[in-house]
Amino acid sequence: MFKKFSPSTDIAGHTPVKTSVQRQIRAGVLSQWKIEPETLEAVWPKKEGLVHVKCREHVSVYTVNSEPLFFQHFDGPFYPTLRFLHKYPYILPKVQVDRGAIRFLLAGAHMMCPGLTSAGGWLPPVEDAIPAERLVAIHAEGKEHAVGLGITKLSTEDIKKVNKGVAVETATYLGDDLWPLKTL
Amino acid sequence: MGKKRAQSPPRTAAAEGEAGSSSQPAEPAKEPTPPVQVLYCQVCSFPLEYCEFGSSLTRCKEWLKEEHPDLYDKFYSEEALQAKIGTLSLEAQTKLEKDTAKKEAKAEAKADAALKKKMASQVTIKRIERTKRKHVTAIHGLEAFSIDLKKAAKQLAGRFATGASVTKNAQGLDEIVVQGDVADEVYEILEKGEGVLKGVPIANVDIVEDKKKKATE
Repeated sequence: MFKKFSPSTDIAGHTPVKTSVQRQIRAGVLSQWKIEPETLEAVWPKKEGLVHVKCREHVSVYTVNSEPLFFQHFDGPFYPTLRFLHKYPYILPKVQVDRGAIRFLLAGAHMMCPGLTSAGGWLPPVEDAIPAERLVAIHAEGKEHAVGLGITKLSTEDIKKVNKGVAVETATYLGDDLWPLKTL
Repeated sequence: MGKKRAQSPPRTAAAEGEAGSSSQPAEPAKEPTPPVQVLYCQVCSFPLEYCEFGSSLTRCKEWLKEEHPDLYDKFYSEEALQAKIGTLSLEAQTKLEKDTAKKEAKAEAKADAALKKKMASQVTIKRIERTKRKHVTAIHGLEAFSIDLKKAAKQLAGRFATGASVTKNAQGLDEIVVQGDVADEVYEILEKGEGVLKGVPIANVDIVEDKKKKATE
């Protein structure tokens, strides 16, 4: 989503968000991520207005104090930014890719099934299976912090079974054009 | 980010109360989970462990060795390197290393070219005549030295107590237009590098005059 993104040309405008809409967004975020209301409050205090940064191709980035916190495509789920995810890694379920896949992920590729099912990869066990179309944090073999985040295209059980093709569609990754933007 | 810690006073009070008595009968005030502090590399901006995939590994290593020698050992000592290879075959590992080296060389060449271009780029201060006695000053080419034009315009406006704005010129490039004839003062500011207007080699600055009609002044 942010493979090619330059703030000067791709941003259409900044608008403060209405409080009623902010409430909706807050509720949405709380239901979609495993984050306590207190923690969210610490990062995004009620008094600090949310600013909607409209970008091309229906991508909206939401910022607090001009620091991007999360983004959205159309009316899709709210993706936290990678920096946010690094601070609160537990808010999303995790999957792990093997070492060989890191290189491709850092170039913006989607994650394929074999990278997740091989020895270095990790998928949650059957009882914690993640269904398709869910947000996941992509971790890497032998690394502590997430390297990207994306949306599952298959449920984790199907990934194990099919073992072919795209498993996780990468939304943002380390070193994409959103990464260097500490403020918007 | 600075205001992140600012919380409503009641909660802080509750938290203090909790800390004092350690057990509260009613539901204890929930504390926000503190964020994980991630140390980012100052060179490539990645978390330290991902430096090896960046395009400036050698410089990252140098930086880390200087700033955090203990962490350097953790990431780049012999056994760490051994452990890192993990499940990857030796062949794939060497390929990866080769790729990284290649990427690094490429990035370096790119940075060099960018620097050269930067050093060669010119800043022009142009005095444009509006009426017989009134002028505006247009400053062009500052963005090549990564100066925020808007901020620079604001600074100049404050300095000279006149209007200053960022406008597109005839070629469609951004330039700063300051009201009044301030070319020499702007030149001095650039020479001294006041405020945001720093990092411009003074040899690259040119003052030109743009006359409307032939015989003026």
